Amino acid sequence: MAESQVNVSERADGKPLLSIRHLHKEFDGKVILKDFSLDVKKGEVIVIIGPSGCGKSTLLRCTNALEDIQGGEILIEGQPIRKDAKNASQMRQKIGMVFQSYDLFPHKSIMENILLAPLKVQKRKREEAGKEALELLDRVGLADRKDDYPRQLSGGQKQRIAIVRALIMHPEILLLDEITAALDPEMVHEVLEVVLGLARSGSTMLIVTHEMAFAKAIANRVIFMEKGEVVEESSDPKAFFERPETERGREFLRSFEY
Amino acid sequence: MQSLGLDVLFKGTNFLRLLEGLWVSVRISLISVVISILLGLVAGVLMTSKNIVLKAAFRVYLEIVRIMPQMVLLFIVYFGTTRVFGWNLDAEASAVIVFVFWGVAEMGDLVRGALISIPKIQYESAEALGLTKQQTYLYVILPQTVRRLIPLSINLVTRMIKTTSLVLMIGIVEVLKVGQQIIEANRRTSPNAAFGVFAVVFLLYFLICWPVSRLAGYLEKRWAA
Ligand SMILES: Nc1ncnc2c1ncn2[C@@H]1O[C@H](COP(=O)(O)OP(=O)(O)OP(=O)(O)O)[C@@H](O)[C@H]1O
Ligand SMILES: [Mg+2]
Repeated sequence: MAESQVNVSERADGKPLLSIRHLHKEFDGKVILKDFSLDVKKGEVIVIIGPSGCGKSTLLRCTNALEDIQGGEILIEGQPIRKDAKNASQMRQKIGMVFQSYDLFPHKSIMENILLAPLKVQKRKREEAGKEALELLDRVGLADRKDDYPRQLSGGQKQRIAIVRALIMHPEILLLDEITAALDPEMVHEVLEVVLGLARSGSTMLIVTHEMAFAKAIANRVIFMEKGEVVEESSDPKAFFERPETERGREFLRSFEY
Repeated sequence: MQSLGLDVLFKGTNFLRLLEGLWVSVRISLISVVISILLGLVAGVLMTSKNIVLKAAFRVYLEIVRIMPQMVLLFIVYFGTTRVFGWNLDAEASAVIVFVFWGVAEMGDLVRGALISIPKIQYESAEALGLTKQQTYLYVILPQTVRRLIPLSINLVTRMIKTTSLVLMIGIVEVLKVGQQIIEANRRTSPNAAFGVFAVVFLLYFLICWPVSRLAGYLEKRWAA
């Protein structure tokens, strides 16, 4: 399977936007990711699926340097990103991440949540960043909630704010880790709509999800992994979801049927 | 109807003396509280450290403070040190030492609790946005810690104010002691003074502690996440 990953179209400068090469990750001696390689080019939407505990979250966390790695390298625009490296904060600005649990800062209003990083990290002017924040809030339909606090919002609304908070940093790539998994069913749709909108407008995304219909609709490429390894990779999501080539892929998809 | 014994309060400077006694209590607790909070913040951060020796030391310290009655500590510091080390600590200094010894332990434990109650995802989402470690603490972690801490530490403050009544045991003339003196002096003329005087002392404590604990309740509600 590793060979098929080499076959990605390259950007004008010859480098993929995100390049994960021979990533090796262990927790306390237990191997979680084995020789994992993946290239993502600009504008691609890649969906990662796989059974619980196979290492999907760990992969995203390594990509954002929230975890240290034991081997291989992760490059953003050709530059390595590593936990505890001096430039980790700078590198992370190129990556937006939204987690499964609503992770807004509870002591800050919605507007303050969104503006914290642009003002403190990017040292932007409040007026300019505030204007962009309002535009983004409008895009996710929550402009009227800007002065509320996270506790006043539903889970779905909080996740949309978390997306805005990531977007305002103008990241090169968005990492979404099961952002609807903790939501009540009726709120899943409003969040996925926002993500679909981002895909349409050309955002580069690496998405972990258990929503198979959503995965099928949004993916340019699907990666099915198990026990820290890629089992099947497909650039034709429709075909993959109709009939996976591997037995394990078929089994996994079958587990979503009733 | 029996006299409530309130009349003695209006004799001479009795009421003024009670207020002076109250000021002694408040002064001892204020000084102790301020030092306890400052040192307690440091202790709390150290308590979350992964260093085993440090952790064990703080656990022993905390146990001692919780097991030992404050009165015993007062006696050890005030009477004991004079004998053994030849120090001549004045009573108020001894009281402050004991209350700080107690306050730092309790405050440190509160700080530790507040720090570890901040979920890991708060650190991670701040760092994922590109905030440095220092910025993460400054803008995300500490503000939340302080919000959790203030109501709890106010409760500690009221407990400390109440416990200052013990210092009369080492000869400090605080509000309760003044009350006793007034009662003693008027034993023959107004035998019911005990009721009236202690009721007023109760009221004075109440007037000090009640607003403080109301404030704690208010902040707790306002900052409930
Ligand atoms: N901090 C950690 N320390 C030790 N082991 C960990 C840690 N985080 C994750 N693991 C282990 O790593 C493996 C992969 O976990 P990970 O969270 O990446 O799985 P996942 O594919 O995201 O699963 P899910 O679909 O349930 O979210 C699991 O076996 C998990 O127990
Ligand atoms: Mg996961």
